[in-house]
Amino acid sequence: MALGARMVPFAGFEMPVQYVGIIDEHKAVRRSAGIFDICHMAEFRVFGFDAFDALQRIVTNDLHKIDELGSAVYTVMCAPDGTIIDDLIVYHTGDIEYLIIANASNREADAMWIRKHLPETVEFMDESDRTALIALQGPEAVRIITDLAGEEPSARFHLGEARLDETVPVILARTGYTGEDGVEILCHSSHAVAVWRLLLSFPEVTPCGLGARDTLRLEMGYALYGSDIDSETDPLTAGLGWVVSLAKGEFVGRDRLVRIKADGPQRKLVALTVSEGVPRHGYPVLHDGVLVGTVASGGFSPTLQRGIATAYVPVGLAAVGTALSVEIRRKTVAAEVVKAPFVTGTSLSAK
Amino acid sequence: MTSYPSDLRYDKEHEWIRVEGDVAVIGISDFAQDQLGEVVYVDLPAVGDTVTSGETFGEVESVKSVSELFSPVSGEVVKVNDDLDGAPEAINEDAYGTGWMIEVKLADASELDGLMSSDEYQDFIASEA
Repeated sequence: MALGARMVPFAGFEMPVQYVGIIDEHKAVRRSAGIFDICHMAEFRVFGFDAFDALQRIVTNDLHKIDELGSAVYTVMCAPDGTIIDDLIVYHTGDIEYLIIANASNREADAMWIRKHLPETVEFMDESDRTALIALQGPEAVRIITDLAGEEPSARFHLGEARLDETVPVILARTGYTGEDGVEILCHSSHAVAVWRLLLSFPEVTPCGLGARDTLRLEMGYALYGSDIDSETDPLTAGLGWVVSLAKGEFVGRDRLVRIKADGPQRKLVALTVSEGVPRHGYPVLHDGVLVGTVASGGFSPTLQRGIATAYVPVGLAAVGTALSVEIRRKTVAAEVVKAPFVTGTSLSAK
Repeated sequence: MTSYPSDLRYDKEHEWIRVEGDVAVIGISDFAQDQLGEVVYVDLPAVGDTVTSGETFGEVESVKSVSELFSPVSGEVVKVNDDLDGAPEAINEDAYGTGWMIEVKLADASELDGLMSSDEYQDFIASEA
């Protein structure tokens, strides 16, 4: 609380929603650099000669994409009916070892699901309690971490070991959830405070809470589990077809996804801007006065200075430029389907 | 720092009211704007609308949440701060000045008796914390 953080409970953690203010924090990340305490995220380690084959049958993406040691891939894992159990990043951390980063709120369910689908020859370890995760994001992030680590971090969607300030051992993953370049820093939880302080010693670094993390990811159209995707949505309908490899062979949910792909999804997750107000999760989306969907993720975009949202609508209404409306409590406001991401020209898109 | 001018009266929903003759200017307190965080949108009634003591007259929305506005008094809306449309951050920056919301022609001046003084309001906030 010494940093002036406003705390809320989240998935069993006391989490900072904001330090100085969501808009200032958001803009600091787009302009310079911000750090996020995301220690609540779940980390699983999967180890064994059969780990690759077993994980390949659990996740939808093709893990051959990360044959290279140190590379990472975004994916989802599905139930047999094709619905999403969670979205994950899988890192190839050792010859026969993988690290999975998952949503905090799904930790127990994910662990049970993965364990259930692993043969006895594969070791599963929930590392979440002793693993700290701190994200450093923004156009200045790579310069700052290079300064601290003594060398530039690995390429995008790769990770590597490093020592910060020549003392603190960390793993630097060139990943993030903001649309800006940067790293996610993994370390033993006993080193978390040291890492946080080292990062804060740079005056251009702003501590950011969950509020800015949400507005930043929403501007990029990144899916949030619980809002955009959940146990009732499938990845094809959610616009995550690019993380589903139907060609790689058998995996849980594949049969169902093959059918959805053949039939064509009935609905689609679209990006919307509204003429006024701030759309929020669950608000009705209308077309010609008829209810056609609800807001999945919604909020205020500090970059665009307006309300933005995602929503599932029938495919016939998913084309860019389609005029819809959103019921924002007592008011119905005009909305338009736009192309995601909402914000372009970030340090990541410039690369 | 938050402040609570002594020439204003306050209600439990954190609105302030400044009485000038038979009209009253209404806004939200420094405490309220601080709790809300950065205000990004305000929905206010139109001139000519009627507001009722204790009932909602609009909404104020910050990046993270939306809150209803409750009128401390009853009467007809005679002025609305349209500047807030393009610059709602005035509510954070100057809650008692440029962040004012509506001006109401008082229907029943005795409603003012039920409101709190600056000191009473500060005690009220302290007791809620």
